[in-house]
Amino acid sequence: MNAAAVIRHRLFWPAAVLVLLLAANVFFTPGFLSVELKDGHLYGSLIDIARFGAPLILVATGMTLVIATGGIDLSVGSVVAISGALACLWITGLDDQQSTAGVLTAVGIALGLALFLGLCNGILVAGIGIQPIIATLILMVAGRGLAQLITDGQILTVNSAPYKLIGGGYWLTLPFGVLIVAAVLAITAFLTRRMALGLLLESVGGNATASRLAGIRSRGLIVTVYAFCALCAGIAGLMISSNVSSADGNNAGLWIELDAILAVVIGGTSLAGGRFSLGGTVLGALVIQTLTTTIYTIGIPPETTLLFKALVVVAVCLLQSPAFREKVLNRRRRRPQSAPASADPKVKVPA
Amino acid sequence: MSSDVLTAGRSAVLRGRQRYLPVLVTAGLLVAMFTVGGLRYEAFASGQIVLNVFIDNAFLLVLAVGMTFVILTGGIDLSVGAVVALSTMVTATLMTDHGWSPLATVPLVLLIGSALGLAMGCVIHYFDIQPFIVTLAGMFLARGLCYVIGTDSIPITEETYTAVAQTQISLPGEMHLSVGVVIALAVVLFAAYMLHYTRLGRNVYAIGGSEQSALLMGLPVARTKIAVYTISGFCSALGGVLFSLYTLSGYGLNALGMELDAIAAVVIGGTLLTGGSGYLLGTVLGVLVLGLIQTIISFEGTLSPWWTRIFIGLLLFVFILLQRLISVRRS
Repeated sequence: MNAAAVIRHRLFWPAAVLVLLLAANVFFTPGFLSVELKDGHLYGSLIDIARFGAPLILVATGMTLVIATGGIDLSVGSVVAISGALACLWITGLDDQQSTAGVLTAVGIALGLALFLGLCNGILVAGIGIQPIIATLILMVAGRGLAQLITDGQILTVNSAPYKLIGGGYWLTLPFGVLIVAAVLAITAFLTRRMALGLLLESVGGNATASRLAGIRSRGLIVTVYAFCALCAGIAGLMISSNVSSADGNNAGLWIELDAILAVVIGGTSLAGGRFSLGGTVLGALVIQTLTTTIYTIGIPPETTLLFKALVVVAVCLLQSPAFREKVLNRRRRRPQSAPASADPKVKVPA
Repeated sequence: MSSDVLTAGRSAVLRGRQRYLPVLVTAGLLVAMFTVGGLRYEAFASGQIVLNVFIDNAFLLVLAVGMTFVILTGGIDLSVGAVVALSTMVTATLMTDHGWSPLATVPLVLLIGSALGLAMGCVIHYFDIQPFIVTLAGMFLARGLCYVIGTDSIPITEETYTAVAQTQISLPGEMHLSVGVVIALAVVLFAAYMLHYTRLGRNVYAIGGSEQSALLMGLPVARTKIAVYTISGFCSALGGVLFSLYTLSGYGLNALGMELDAIAAVVIGGTLLTGGSGYLLGTVLGVLVLGLIQTIISFEGTLSPWWTRIFIGLLLFVFILLQRLISVRRS
């Protein structure tokens, strides 16, 4: 494989940014990459990045599939807040907060509600035919209110060891949350890449009408991906609230929808739909989490995280934009065959 | 009337009275809400309550005006809330910490907002990146800049500015208005004129109807698209100035999620999110509906503030369904 092929690989840029960020960290904090074993748990900055990035990877995985069908789901942040709030509410009502069965019921109920909300989104989009950005905007606005309704405007705190395990615990020396994410990713990758499902999703995203005429049940598929996305957000919500043993209807998962969309875009999935890359999404989410960690370790005031995020979004979007490559990059090396491989038809996202 | 011609494109199919249906429904809802409020609560049905809705939402009105322009072209601007926060921050820090006069500060703030909008418009048009992503980056940038300026709330103590903020314009019948409302109404009138009686407004509707057709017709698509984002940036900055007049402080967490309120107001006002159809009057009514929901909830007393969000969500749902029904019936 020659250098040009490597550069043109769609995961090259996100991977390069990630490596660059890690290198910057090693430069500023020499022991950054070291991972050690303490009390049977793995410790280290890399583990922290994986642990704190786990909810984002999860949400971004669901978002990837939604975006692959040409949609978008803005409501994931609200679903994160709702599922955490409902689980904590159920656990505070238990006689014995340490009972595993009670916690499992709480998890089941929270995920059930998340699934239901996702189905509602899917039906609005596929059944009634509302643009995805608008359909999910409804739940994004109302969902925060719902979450606060569940917690009654308070921050619910729980003291439950089994619940704490989901987001803050360790299992086989690894953070439990990371294991959950790995499992979800493995199942998703198997279903979409080893079976026809991924191809069907991409065909729906490429052209919903054409795929329906070709005999694909695009409506059912679209409802399924929104339900799956909400389910992922629900699990992420459980992780986030379990990590701090409390539920905050107002701030849990705030702006995670934007981070997730960002992760998907950085990973090279086109917002127009029609193709997606799970590996890219994971890389994208890790880039965002590493960026946050980097800012903390280098000692830049954490308030400026958003500023750096803005710069990264702009840089990545510009690099991925065919129009930008055409106008700026090709001016330097004007060769006929140097047109970027991603000559996608420029379809507008319904926004 | 020239407005019939200038809504060519998509909305040409919404003929006659049907074109006004969404606005009429919103107006009906507003009247119904006010009547119910008047019957349920004492001292609700007074002119001052209506004026208070304006006073409390003057900044949102200005934001929603800018958002209407953007949505009419089929775009979206997520940065407005963050630009409001940035404007309050810049205003407060320049006047309180550096002793600038308001006469120098306010124009600078408006310039910053417009420049940010201009930059986003250029990126959206020339590099062909979705408005959603570009304005998202704009939002991060503006919020980030707020935190770079400072993480604490900065009070505004400048004399002229506080005097303007506290001025009450008396109206007959013991009613009063704030300066912010007057500015907001002036913006609304000017924007309505621009949208319905000038070439720029015509182009905005045409691009929203079909960008491809507008381009083929030889309309200045680039200039118009960049102009609407600049207008939205300017309106956000002005909204920020009004917000700082209203709260007399600057804070990086101001106006969190206000972009959603602005979008909701535009949608409830009957503007199609696909672009090309809608009226500025509808947006004004949409802002009033949102404001009246808050007023009713505060009058009700027993309802917690989070019901506002739930009601706004429900209203959004109903209105989006209505839009959908109308567009299904006409096709």
